[in-house]
Parts: sequence; C-alpha cells; structure tokens
Amino acid sequence: MTTMLMLQTAKTADAEPVFHLENEHEHAEGGSTMLGFWIYLMSDCLIFAMLFAAYGVLGGNYAAGPAPKDLFDLPLVAVNTSMLLLSSITYGFAMLTMEKGRVAATQAWLAVTGLFGLAFIGIELYEFAHMIHEGATPQRSAFLSAFFTLVGTHGLHVTFGIIWLVTLMVQVWTRGLIAANRRRLMCLSMFWHFLDVIWIGVFTFVYLMGVLR
Amino acid sequence: MPDSLIKFIFGRLSWESLPLHEPIVVGTFMAVALGGAVLVGALTYYRLWGYLWREWFTSVDHKKIGIMYMVLGLVMLLRGFSDAIMMRLQQAIAFNGSEGYLNAHHYDQIFTAHGVIMIFFVAMPFVTGLMNYVVPLQIGARDVSFPFLNNFSFWMTVGGAVLVMASLFVGEFAQTGWLAYPPLSNIGYSPDVGVDYYIWALQVAGVGTTLSGINLICTIVKMRAPGMTMMRMPVFTWTSLCTNVLIVASFPVLTAVLSMLALDRYVGTNFFTNDFGGSPMMYVNLIWIWGHPEVYILILPLFGVFSEVTSTFSGKRLFGYTSMVYATVVITILSYLVWLHHFFTMGSGASVNSFFGITTMIISIPTGAKIFNWLFTMYRGRIRFELPMMWTVAFMLTFVVGGMTGVLLAVPPADFVLHNSLFLIAHFHNVIIGGVLFGLFAGIVYWWPKAFGFKLDPFWGKVSFWCWVVGFWFAFMPLYILGLMGVTRRMRVFDDPSLQIWFVIAAFGAVLIAIGIAAFLIQIYVSIRRREELTDPTGDPWNGRTLEWSTSSPPPDYNFAFTPVVRDNDAWWDMKKAGYKRPLSGFKPIHMPRNTGTGVILAALSVALGFGLIWYMWWLAAASFIGIIATAIGHTFNYHRDFHIPASEVTQTEEARTRLLAMQG
Repeated sequence: MTTMLMLQTAKTADAEPVFHLENEHEHAEGGSTMLGFWIYLMSDCLIFAMLFAAYGVLGGNYAAGPAPKDLFDLPLVAVNTSMLLLSSITYGFAMLTMEKGRVAATQAWLAVTGLFGLAFIGIELYEFAHMIHEGATPQRSAFLSAFFTLVGTHGLHVTFGIIWLVTLMVQVWTRGLIAANRRRLMCLSMFWHFLDVIWIGVFTFVYLMGVLR
Repeated sequence: MPDSLIKFIFGRLSWESLPLHEPIVVGTFMAVALGGAVLVGALTYYRLWGYLWREWFTSVDHKKIGIMYMVLGLVMLLRGFSDAIMMRLQQAIAFNGSEGYLNAHHYDQIFTAHGVIMIFFVAMPFVTGLMNYVVPLQIGARDVSFPFLNNFSFWMTVGGAVLVMASLFVGEFAQTGWLAYPPLSNIGYSPDVGVDYYIWALQVAGVGTTLSGINLICTIVKMRAPGMTMMRMPVFTWTSLCTNVLIVASFPVLTAVLSMLALDRYVGTNFFTNDFGGSPMMYVNLIWIWGHPEVYILILPLFGVFSEVTSTFSGKRLFGYTSMVYATVVITILSYLVWLHHFFTMGSGASVNSFFGITTMIISIPTGAKIFNWLFTMYRGRIRFELPMMWTVAFMLTFVVGGMTGVLLAVPPADFVLHNSLFLIAHFHNVIIGGVLFGLFAGIVYWWPKAFGFKLDPFWGKVSFWCWVVGFWFAFMPLYILGLMGVTRRMRVFDDPSLQIWFVIAAFGAVLIAIGIAAFLIQIYVSIRRREELTDPTGDPWNGRTLEWSTSSPPPDYNFAFTPVVRDNDAWWDMKKAGYKRPLSGFKPIHMPRNTGTGVILAALSVALGFGLIWYMWWLAAASFIGIIATAIGHTFNYHRDFHIPASEVTQTEEARTRLLAMQG
C-alpha cells in the first residue's frame, strides 16, 4: 500500500521526484514460494509428459509378449485409484482444518492421507509383483518398459510425498501451525493433488485405453 | 580379501580402470596433480580455507555465487579448449598414412568430452553466472528469491563438472558424441563406464540448472523494484527471463530421456534398443526437444548483453525496445518448434521436413530484427569503441554469417548433403563462438568493474580480442570448405592428401585462439596487479543506464541501501537526468539470508551417488542417496535462515562510499 502511494507521488509530484523507498521494501517471507513451487511442479509435469510420450510411442510394441488385456486387473486398479482420490480429499480436509488453526485435527487428517497413500503404494507394489511373477517384466518388451517407468515414477513421487508428509507432521508437532509450516503444508498439498491429476492421466491412457486396444 | 568382497566394495573399479597406458593422460594427470597440490598448499599456507568456506562456498549472496559460476566456466574452458586443440592437431597431421598421435579410443573420448564440457560446463556456468550476478542488481533487488537454492544449484553444477573431470583419470569418458545416441550408447555397444559418467554428470548438473532456472524466474517476476513494470525491465533481464523459462521447460526433458537411457543400461529395459520394440529414434527426437531450446538458452542472455552494451556505448536509448522484447519472446516460443531439423535425414517424409525447415527459417526473422535494432541504436550514436563494444561489433559481423549458413542448413535438400559434415561443425561454432563466447567476453569486460571495482586492462583485452576474432575465422572457414567437399565430422585419419592444407589452416586458427585465451588470462592478472590505476570509485565507469550502475562497485552485500523506485526504462539514466542525489542518512536495518553449508554437502553426496552408480558400487550409491534425503530433511528443520544487517553497519558502509566519492571531487 505504501508502495502504491509512493508511486503515485513519484508520478504526480514533478518538483521532487522519488528515487527510492524510505522504508524497507519488504518482500514477504516466502513470497515467491508458491510461484516457485508451481513452476517446479510444471517442470515435473514435463518429465511425466515425456514418459507419457514414450508410452504413447512404445505402448503398442509388445514384442510378442503380453498385452494390456492380458495383464491389467481393472477392479484392482479401480480400488487403487479410489485410494489416491480419497487421499486427495482428506488432504483437502487437512488444509481446511489448518486454515482454522486446529492442530490436532490437521494432524489427524494428514495421518489419514498418509495411510491412503501407503495403501496406494501397497496395492501398486502388489500389482507389479504379480506382473513380474507372470513374466511381464520391464525387460520383456518396450511396452512394459514404458509402463513400469511411467507408473513407477508416479509411485516414487507418492513415496516421496509420504516421506515429506511425515516430516511435516513432525514439524507441525514441534512448532505448531506457524507461517513457515503452513506454507510447507500448502506446497505439499499442491504436490499431492498434482500427483492425483497425473494418476488420472495414467488411469485413463494406460489402464482404460490399454484394455480397450 | 576374498574376491567377492573386493567386488562388493569397488564394483567394477580396478587398477585396470586407470588409464596408465595413455601417456598423454598420465602426463595431464601429473600436471593437474602437481598444480592441485600447489593450489591446496598455497591455500593452506595462507590459511584461506576458512575464509573460502565462510565467505564463498557457503555464501548465499547472488554476487558471490555468480562469480563462482564464472570461475567454474573459466576453468572448464581451459579443459574444453585443450580437447579442441588436440583434435585440431590430430586432424592436421593424420594424413598420408600417418595415424596421428591419438588412438581411436582416446580421440573418440576427446570429441565427446569437448562437446559436453563446452556446452554444459563452460557456456552454461558462464551464462548462469552472468544472470546470477547482474539480474538482481538490474531489477533493484537484494538477492534472488531463493538464496539457499541458488547456492545448492551452483554446487550441483560443480558436482557434474567434477564427475566429468574424474572420468579423465579414473576410467574413461563416453565415445559416443556429445548427445550419446543409442544404440551406440546402449550397454551392448558401450559396456564400459564412459556413458555412465556422461549420464550421471549431466543428471547432477541438470538438477542444479533446473532449480536455478526456477529461482531466476521467480526473482524476475516477484522481486522487481517498485515501478519496474515488465516493459521497463532492462533487455538483459528480459532475455534472462526468457532463457530461464526455456531452462525450466526443457531441462526436465533431458532428465527424463537420460533416465530412460540409464534404465536401458542398468535395468535392461527396452526404450532405445533395436529389439523388443525399442526405438532409438525416439531418443534422438526427445534429446533434441531439449537440445534445440538449449542453444537458445545459451544465446538469448548474450543478446541481452549486446543490447546493454550497444546502448551504453552509443550513449542512446536502445532502438526498438518493444520489438526487441517481442523478438526475444518469439524466439523463445519458436525454439520449441524446430528440433527435427537436427535429423532431416531420419526420413520423416517431405511434409514433416518442410514444416520444420520453414519454422527454422522463420526464426531468422526475429533474430534479424535484433541485429537491425542494434545497428539502428548505433546509428547517429556517439559510439565509444571500448572493449565491450568491439566484441559486440565482432559478434554482429561473425554471427550473421553463422546465421545465414544456418538458414542454408534449414533447407532439407541441402541438409541431406551437408548433414553431419564439417559444414555443420563450422556453422554451430560460428554461432556459438561468434555469439555466445563473444557475448560472454563483452559481458565480462562490461561488468567486471561492477564486480571488482576496477576496469580490465584494455591492452591485453585487445590482444585477446584480435587473436580470438582472427583465430576464429582461420579455424572455422576451412571447415565450411571441407564440409562442402563432403568431409564428415568426428574423423580421426584422412586418405585424401589434398585436404590437409585446410586442416593445417584450421589448426593455425586454433593456435591463435589459444593465444587469445592466454591473453585473456594475462589481462586478468595484469588488471589485478594494476588495480590501483584502473580503479573506478564511482560505481558507474561506462556512464551506464541501468540500476546496477547506481550502487557502488563492488556492491555492498545488500546491493542497495534503499530500494530504488523506477520511473522509466533505463532507470539509472533517468535518475541521473532528473538530478538524483545519493541518500546520506536515515539508513535502516536490512533483512538478509544467512549462509549455509548444506548446498556443498548435498552436492558432494550427489557426486558420491553418481560415482557409486557409475562403478556399480551399490553400497556407496545407497549410502549417499540416504545421506542426501537425510541432509535435505535435516535442512528443513532449520528455521533460522535470516538475519538483519544493523543500521549502524549500513551507515558505516554508505559513509565510506560517500568519502570515496567526495575524494573524486
């Protein structure tokens, strides 16, 4: 606000131009964090875009090996998808309670989110183990290389998200919902929902359309 | 010790991995080891380690980080140029049945290392260093948006460079060419560590580059001084913004494609293999989707440098500021739509090739607009031919030739003839040396007095200038001719003796360039010796136009005692015209970020991780990976990352400058 006033003076009062601010021009602590994190997410999105592109190019190259129809267990993937979508909702609840400053409720919702995330990872690992057991290894064909890399990279992201979530829970526990911690929770929130969006792409283009083709 | 334990500890690293059978490498190693020992000894003797650690390595000050980037670029330039002159010598003598002095294994590593080092560890650090130093000063900010991230990014770049340098003495580097196309770069044809060094060096450095890109975008978007609207930003800041957008929008592609190559090599997946459905051509597509924007990442900031230099040394406002900004943005966008021109011969068909040929030609329009803007800025200006301006004029003359051969190569039928020929080599050296390197020298000479408080010695600068420019023409014009005669790149020996004279001329040019580099180093040395005579106490030695010239040289830690208010383009010029008086009192405490060693530790652990992966020392890889995660998490538990410079200290610093200025009368 002071800045605006200063600027107006700078424009109107020709007699005495203003060349600098008398008071410290305070860039709010962490004022760039949200923008920076958004840009990071977009760069991460580009990595996924490349993996999707690789899957798009190689997804039909079965090399006489198993095809999506032989491998994908849609009901299981549907359960898995619901785990991740539910975790996004519970993260949303965590943010709502954070806004109200209720530490215990925030922690509880974060814990529930983490459990849903763990369930997602568990089911994914089970699916991978099952496929590998049947001989559908990442080395079997270009399709399977692209599949395991795309889905696995997403899974790795979720794993890191869980580690991050636990770290933040410890920090909220020790320091409460101070501004820095709220900002961190907000970043993780964006990260978590971003992974949800990526998963919707995976579910649609890899699993659903895979079974159709 | 049982063999299995040795294998567990050292992976595939053994005594045979050391290139003891290569006398050239052994000699280099001894020289480097000796030089390193002298350096370490001197630093220890003069007790400088603590100073370096506290004031430089752990510093989050964008100015110091910028200078460290420049030092890294300079050191790696010496390495990259050694590779270049070795190649020139080999090609000049390998005729009439002579094998030259480099065996194929060594020669192939040299041309790969030359390309990788010059792009990733010379041009990138130089460009990032300039942006780091100048951009916050130009926009009137105290630092970048994320100062710790800046330090971390720098050290990751160093980490990548360390891995490349390690490959010279421990193991080998890739023998694949600088983009490591599969299937050659796949495990079947490159079973040794060379390509793994390549992958992990670039992955480690790539993390740094991407994060530094995010950092500078945020800085430019969020930290500008009040009154500096987007269309009042200095052109260098604009080109930096576009470059960092390109970095963030292209380096993840490199990360992804190198990860897939790594999976092929380590896990045995089939992304880029010839069988099981893999597609080597997908690699070529993906890597050029990064690679083409990359060349604009390199050149755009230098376009900014030329703009600043031209308008400063012509004593005029830049001609066509708006068109300059739009040209930069258009180039930014178009740089994503041309990647396929690097492999017209892949056989995508006439329509696809035509599309990419035409988009490539279109890029010459905004670039041409820039050249005309610089010319019109000079027109009727009072031009001072100081060194930065000389580099700029040399750039305009040289770069235009490179640009036109580029348009020639953009014609697909012509490209079918010239693909992978020395004509291509001459073209891209013409634009990279004539554009990026000349621009870097212009920028270094231009901003040196800002960074250190004294100008660079003009005599040795002119020696360096003429050797570089003349040397460049001698070194690369013969390659155009050879390329037109059909000579392909990366050849070690030649059959046709009539070609030799051209290679000898090229080698002569390389020697001239070597003298140019030596003269540049002498210039720095002489200038430091003569710093009293060359001193510039005003902080504004060139009668500059942008905000970095409004503060002292070197600037204080906090850059500006008061945040400037911007009323026009060329803010500092406007302030001088409107009768600006330096504030002499009323200083307040200034909020600053605190130094941290976490960046150094994380980068060191990343080097260990890369080394472990390269040599299959899985315990080292696992341990350093866990170390990275633990250190990163540990760092987030530190909430005290800032402090205030007390008002008394600011007053003291500013009063010292007042006295200095008063002495000038």
